[in-house]
Amino acid sequence: MDTYKDLDRERLIDRLEDILNLALKRAEQAEVFSVSSRTTPVRFEANELKRVETRESSTTALRIFRQGKIGFAVAVGLDLYSRNRDELEKLVDTAVETSQFGSVANFEFPSSQNRTAVDVFDPTVRETSLDKMVEMGKELILKIREHTPQLLCDVTVNKGTNLVALVNSQGVHATYQKSSFSLSVEGTLVRDTDLLFVGDSQSSCRVPAGVEELVSRVIRQLEMARRNASLSPGLWPVIFTPRGVAAALLTPLALGLSGRMATQGTSPLRDKLGQQIFDKQLSIWDDATIPYGIGSYPFDDEGIPGQCSTLVRDGTVCSFFYDLQTAALAGVQSTGNGRRIGSAVPRPAVSSLVINSGQVSFQQMVEDMKEGLIVEQVIGAEQGNVLNGDFGGNVLLGYKVEKGNVVGRVKNTMISGNVYELLREIEGIGRERVWVEGVLLTPALYLPRIAVTTKE
Amino acid sequence: MRNLLSDSLKGHDADYIEIHLEETEVTTIAYSGKNLEEISHTYNCGANVRALVRGGWGFVSFNGLDGLKEKVALAVEEARLTGKGSFELPVADPVVDTVIPRLKRDVTKMSLAVKKEILDAYNEIMLTVPKIQSTRINYQDGRRRTIFANSEGSYIEQIKPDLTLQLVAVARDGSDVQQARLSLGSNGEFSEIENLHAKVRELAERAVALLAAPPVKGGEYTVVLDPILAGVFVHEAFGHLSEADFVYQNESLKQIMVLGRRFGRRHLNIVDDASIPGLRGSYKYDDEGTPSSRTYLIREGILEGRLHSRETAARMGEKPTGNARAVSYLFPPIVRMSNTFIEPGEASFEELLSEIKEGIYVKNWYGGTTSLEMFTFSGGEAYMIRQGKLAELLRPVVLTGNVFYTLENIDAIGRDLQMNQGGGCGKGEQVPLPVSDGSPHIRLTRCVVGGRQ
Repeated sequence: MDTYKDLDRERLIDRLEDILNLALKRAEQAEVFSVSSRTTPVRFEANELKRVETRESSTTALRIFRQGKIGFAVAVGLDLYSRNRDELEKLVDTAVETSQFGSVANFEFPSSQNRTAVDVFDPTVRETSLDKMVEMGKELILKIREHTPQLLCDVTVNKGTNLVALVNSQGVHATYQKSSFSLSVEGTLVRDTDLLFVGDSQSSCRVPAGVEELVSRVIRQLEMARRNASLSPGLWPVIFTPRGVAAALLTPLALGLSGRMATQGTSPLRDKLGQQIFDKQLSIWDDATIPYGIGSYPFDDEGIPGQCSTLVRDGTVCSFFYDLQTAALAGVQSTGNGRRIGSAVPRPAVSSLVINSGQVSFQQMVEDMKEGLIVEQVIGAEQGNVLNGDFGGNVLLGYKVEKGNVVGRVKNTMISGNVYELLREIEGIGRERVWVEGVLLTPALYLPRIAVTTKE
Repeated sequence: MRNLLSDSLKGHDADYIEIHLEETEVTTIAYSGKNLEEISHTYNCGANVRALVRGGWGFVSFNGLDGLKEKVALAVEEARLTGKGSFELPVADPVVDTVIPRLKRDVTKMSLAVKKEILDAYNEIMLTVPKIQSTRINYQDGRRRTIFANSEGSYIEQIKPDLTLQLVAVARDGSDVQQARLSLGSNGEFSEIENLHAKVRELAERAVALLAAPPVKGGEYTVVLDPILAGVFVHEAFGHLSEADFVYQNESLKQIMVLGRRFGRRHLNIVDDASIPGLRGSYKYDDEGTPSSRTYLIREGILEGRLHSRETAARMGEKPTGNARAVSYLFPPIVRMSNTFIEPGEASFEELLSEIKEGIYVKNWYGGTTSLEMFTFSGGEAYMIRQGKLAELLRPVVLTGNVFYTLENIDAIGRDLQMNQGGGCGKGEQVPLPVSDGSPHIRLTRCVVGGRQ
């Protein structure tokens, strides 16, 4: 199952149609979704190669409308090509059983739609050998440790391929292949009882040109964390690096812009469409069409084409993102954001979030600060009332700025705030954007003040 | 099956090989307000092979047992690519056993109708409380059947049911949104989630009360944690650092985590014990076939032990503790906690509060996480303590600590040990793993609480 020839795909579609036809004997509408994946992570621990893995799995999900109600059943590891039909029958029986208790089907499965191609497959990923992956890992560790020899690095180099297929009773039968490649590093430096964790990662549907970008990002962290410094409690200006934006601000923002929360009435933005809520400099998109983005797809997990939606333009809330069911509840169209997490039913989720770039360099932001904080990594940021936009946590990796210079790493320091209050006024937006975990493309954000609590 | 597995394990040039087979069935019911968002049934069947050659591991996970012998060969080949050292796993006595749980009201035998009826009732209770805007309910029960076989001759079959229920009430006033949450779980015993009607109403009323509650002012406070949050605290503050895989390859950390080092006062005892029957983190054998055991992590304030897999124990010259666990066949077993708790002391709740002029009482949990040294944990329900008495309700608070001084700051321990079964533990990509944690009420001095300035 490394690369899927057209013939394999046709054969898969045929088998999914078999399940569909079985289901349609007992249901008005039906949808069969399948994903098969193979990933090969190569892992280094404490600078040494530790483990090579191969993981294969395949999931088949059946959703039906029976007597107007939704039924849902999933089988992981179902052998679609077996002569034995019992397991297929069992899947249909289970979906029928759950439909007795299911909610009323308030939407239709989509019919075949025009889709534009989205590039999410690169054959060179598959062709990248284990030896080459091991080399990349070694090189990454070597180059980072040239800077700090005492650093212990855990590194994962991972490649994968997916085949996604979807058929439904309204005429959709579609497949796509997706590749993925990621590099991640976490370095630990112990100085007496002072533990420093640095690290970053890179993911895409393509093999990165080299390890240099990741190396330079980690070395920059090591440079800034060279000494420890302390900030007194109070309100201070703050720069969120791209990873800081992801760690602290992404979850509350994504929840607030979710059609699911808006429809339930639990998003603070639910009645703010068309209103300026954020600083005018800020725009946010959800974009499933970015070539080779890990979050990109030609169609979502319900067969709706992936698209680019403007969620916030110049500070004004423009739209929420939806799947089929939530869109029907809200009386709007799905935005192609129906995503399945594991074996769960589709729910609205972002593809890739994109924040606009600005005019300011990172260096200019730092130089502008008399005294303040740079936030790179936060733990516990999602442990408050994120639904209300609140966030707060311990700055695991962050730095103090004095008179325009980074003076060292802060520790035992908590930040807390509310995204809707905080992003009302933005001091500056970085001009360079970085992909974080392959799903958020963002610049650094410079904000006028944040509440800081520290150990006295 | 036993023959198939033992045949597949034979004839490979590896130091050690093991095979896991697994079959799970999971029922999920989820509400989002009035809307029943999901009612589903998942059947999952798969396997993995893990092989060790000269200290390097190979791991292959897959669906379907066709070509099992080739999968074993692939794992061995991967291990050979990896292994360059001279490490050997000490031989363990083979175990042949079958473990089947006994439950009063086994969730896997309850009908979908019964499950849905009880959730409908809880949802209805929350939705009828005035100012409740919406609710979320996530219910999941499952039954996991595993077969473990290794090249030393072990063959262990275990069945493990599991149940989790999370209820969230969301209150709203204008654009202010507040939520209150209850997380429950059991080892598959359905009665643990029955008859909660009064508790559920209280939960919804608390969400509404939070709308009028002030946020806390950030700073250092003396805090009293209830048994549930103190359980999360001990899991994050010390449990993870006791997992030997964080330590065994790091010479500097080994120095810091040397057995005999003092971390707390004499009244502090921290235990991990998977052999206690009936809890979510309980089991007879871990995923390497090692029998579970009771491990004192801290005894009388001093580091006494840590949690091990077979490999970490061998590399540190200590005994395996039976703490190698995997969330599913997709992953290799790694060192994990099971049931982790602080042993009870002598103080009453009133005594804990009585000396506090201004402090915070924090109950229930929102979450917790650790970087090993620094950690955070958060409570969904918090009250000011003034002059030794509980005062006004506060909005949820996030607390932080540092393992090298916070345990020492536990200055009083209550006598009312309770275990919390509602949590799931995450480590790396392996989440959620059924665990339980617990504690009596405890008091912490100089705890940093995040908040407004």
